[in-house]
Amino acid sequence: MPVNFQELSADRNQEWRNELRKSITAKERGNLSRVKMPEMGPMERILGFMEVNVGLNEEAAVQESRRCLDCSTPSCVSGCPVNINIPGFIKLIEKKDFIGAARKLKETNALPAVCGRVCPQEIQCEAQCIYHKMKKAPVAIGYLERFASDCERLAGNISIPDIPQGNQVQVAAIGSGPASLTFAGEMAKRGYRVTVYEALHELAGVLSYGIPEFRLPKSIVRSEIAYLEKLGVVFERNVVVGKTMTLEDMKKQGFQGFFIGSGAGLPKFMHIPGENAIGIYSSNEYLTRVNLMKAYQFPHYDTPIVRGKRVAVIGGGNTAMDSVRTAVRLGAEKAMIVYRRSEQEMPARIEEIHHAKEEGVEFLNLTNPVEYLVDAAGRVKQMKVQKMGLGAADDSGRRRPVVVPGSEYLIDVDTVVVGVGTDPNPLIPRTIQGLEVTKWGTIVVNEETMQTAVPEIFAGGDIVRGGATVILAMGDGKKAAESLHAYIQSPARAPR
Amino acid sequence: MNKIVRKEMLSENVVKLVVESPQISQKQSPGQFVIIRTDDRGERIPLTIADADRKNMTITLIIQKVGTSSHKLANLEPGDSLLDVSGPLGRPTHIEKVGTVVACGGGVGIAPLYPIARALKEAGNKLITVLGARNRELLILEKEMAAFADEMIVMTDDGSYGEKGLITAGIEKVLMREPVQLAVAIGPAIMMKFVSLLTKKYNVPTIASLNTIMVDGTGMCGACRVTVGGKTKFVCVDGPEFDAHEIDYDEMIKRLNTYKKEEQLSYDGYLKSLA
Ligand SMILES: Cc1cc2nc3c(=O)[nH]c(=O)nc-3n(C[C@H](O)[C@H](O)[C@H](O)COP(=O)(O)OP(=O)(O)OC[C@H]3O[C@@H](n4cnc5c(N)ncnc54)[C@H](O)[C@@H]3O)c2cc1C
Ligand SMILES: Cc1cc2nc3c(=O)[nH]c(=O)nc-3n(C[C@H](O)[C@H](O)[C@H](O)COP(=O)(O)OP(=O)(O)OC[C@H]3O[C@@H](n4cnc5c(N)ncnc54)[C@H](O)[C@@H]3O)c2cc1C
Ligand code: SF4
Ligand code: SF4
Ligand code: FES
Repeated sequence: MPVNFQELSADRNQEWRNELRKSITAKERGNLSRVKMPEMGPMERILGFMEVNVGLNEEAAVQESRRCLDCSTPSCVSGCPVNINIPGFIKLIEKKDFIGAARKLKETNALPAVCGRVCPQEIQCEAQCIYHKMKKAPVAIGYLERFASDCERLAGNISIPDIPQGNQVQVAAIGSGPASLTFAGEMAKRGYRVTVYEALHELAGVLSYGIPEFRLPKSIVRSEIAYLEKLGVVFERNVVVGKTMTLEDMKKQGFQGFFIGSGAGLPKFMHIPGENAIGIYSSNEYLTRVNLMKAYQFPHYDTPIVRGKRVAVIGGGNTAMDSVRTAVRLGAEKAMIVYRRSEQEMPARIEEIHHAKEEGVEFLNLTNPVEYLVDAAGRVKQMKVQKMGLGAADDSGRRRPVVVPGSEYLIDVDTVVVGVGTDPNPLIPRTIQGLEVTKWGTIVVNEETMQTAVPEIFAGGDIVRGGATVILAMGDGKKAAESLHAYIQSPARAPR
Repeated sequence: MNKIVRKEMLSENVVKLVVESPQISQKQSPGQFVIIRTDDRGERIPLTIADADRKNMTITLIIQKVGTSSHKLANLEPGDSLLDVSGPLGRPTHIEKVGTVVACGGGVGIAPLYPIARALKEAGNKLITVLGARNRELLILEKEMAAFADEMIVMTDDGSYGEKGLITAGIEKVLMREPVQLAVAIGPAIMMKFVSLLTKKYNVPTIASLNTIMVDGTGMCGACRVTVGGKTKFVCVDGPEFDAHEIDYDEMIKRLNTYKKEEQLSYDGYLKSLA
């Protein structure tokens, strides 16, 4: 998204900002060191599912906010997929107007408490901070974002924006992940009657069933949903669109515009011998049992899970890290990451890899499973792996793993979690006529507008991108809302 | 929502619930199922839609009491509501006129068989039903099935009703007697395995409806996976029905035992909580 520097600069030229900027010299600001996120100690945190990062206190947050130089052309903003006015909110923190900072965030980001926790800041906003040019650690934008929105929530002082007189036009979102939630909020703010349809009994997609409590407490997700309900968004759970209801049914009920945010929830397996043995899970199943169904509180909750002692998690992304750290919390004595490339190529967030190591997770990099061996009851007991070397770079720019011949060996395991990625669920593309779908099963959209081949249907998030990030999904939801609004307003309703 | 309007005990261990479900009752077809949760600590469990009433907007569920969740369900009374009901899930049965069909139901598998058998009869097939149960007490839906079946054979393990013997004996009698174009087998995995071996011997195309462990029922987790024809399939979205001759029953039976220990623990705790 192109950054609107004019708007940023108008905000920056306010009297109080000018003064605040001058109150400390840039040199002094530059000499301050980056805050550390206070966190629970590894030995303590692995006993439960409490949030690992404790959050900055007021003093630390204000201190960190002083480091931000309030740049005239803030490069950080272009690193944020939704172009949050980063110096704008940070300077409000420096001014100790924390609620004001939270509201500034909400102007562009409906879920700042979520993004402040789970965005890969190190490759997004913070990667573009001017401090890198000075060979210093970037401003802790994510921590500050989390701080401001937590302040607002804890103060119980959530502001509801003025909503224009309802225009009575009904629009629907399919799926309730971050893409749809953002879409719903943006449409509600424009006066539309929005209904969100979710297949599961719980809302928020991966934020609920995937990302664990110790990284993203569900109470935060719930309060973000409550906010949307206050904006007038209606949520319908247990509706599998294409099964319980079709798009045609919705049209008959008067819906005029649609957003598909059904995610990429279909787990991939490796299709190697023994993979259907007892004790082998997809990461989706493992995490869903724990997060959505609360299997970590079994038998207090009815859903069981295998509490393995020797757990191997296959993969190197966020999903794999979340799974392996979950295994540690379920009592694994040995929890391993088995990844076919080297640590450098791991797509997981650096913070997660670091936390996993602190929690005692072993990393078997450049290692790939080829077969699972089972006992008489069909439970997995060993996995055969082979060592990998790194060859030339592939399309993704990462070096391609190549097999080291004759390097196979056995590892004892009683639980395996396969976290090698997900594909889009084919249900929606299959049941809605006229959509254009790629060979990977993602829905084709006009990237400028998020409009699909069917004019009144827009789509975004993982169903369009394949597995991506929360903030990219949100950016799509926002763009789609703008476009759908324009489409509904346009007299001709011309197809793209 | 999801209010129970009627309850009936079909046998000591099998209960029938008629549940208000305006959307699902209109959309369902034979062969599909729902996933329900009784309460906010409950599991998501799959149950076949045994019948549906479009006019009164209800669906019928027939539940065999086996562990915590099914007992919780069976203890609900008319006026109570299920917390969550989602569906209709899975692919509907492919109903076609093929000639003579043998519909084989074992135990509580007779419940999911019922709407499929009826639809096959309505499509113009000659319908022979073979029902099997351990004893007379456990036999369900006999009268309902008899109402439309061209012929009915009942087998009980102990001979307390119908003929004594396993369901396969009853089926084989038919297969030896006349040409059969299709068999449908629904029941415990072990029964489906042996029915499938038998019909294979007679070269009769057969479909089986699988009851694997599920969580979401939307293709998101892979808990329900089975091997069919050497390929991994998800029962909730690719099934629940498959070509019975291609299914790896042994793998499926093992996977059904994944949580034996936990299920016992949960059930003991549940009984204690009732006491
Ligand atoms: C374990 C894990 C950890 C992750 N960690 C991070 C992280 O730290 N940072 C980050 O930025 N990203 C992370 N991601 C990625 C991020 O969560 C996703 O990119 C993001 O959630 C995608 O949002 P979405 O709105 O497209 O869909 P989703 O969040 O996938 O939600 C889609 C929703 O649609 C529902 N749905 C699907 N089909 C239907 C239907 N037919 N009818 C009704 N509803 C339907 C689904 O049930 C689901 O609730 C992680 C992903 C996983 C799995
Ligand atoms: C598509 C499908 C349709 C079904 N239809 C019916 C039906 O119409 N009537 C009926 O009585 N039963 C049906 N079942 C089986 C029913 O879901 C299980 O009996 C029920 O989940 C048992 O739960 P429980 O807590 O009472 O027993 P538990 O003590 O938890 O388990 C007893 C046995 O039930 C099976 N089971 C356990 N948890 C699950 C789960 N989450 N999903 C599936 N199976 C599980 C296992 O084999 C287990 O050994 C169906 C299953 C499937 C997959
Ligand atoms: S939303 Fe994410 S990328 Fe944007 S500023 Fe916040 S943490 Fe950075
Ligand atoms: S680039 Fe860094 S220092 Fe400059 S405004 Fe952004 S966060 Fe502040
Ligand atoms: S039950 Fe989860 S994929 Fe079938």
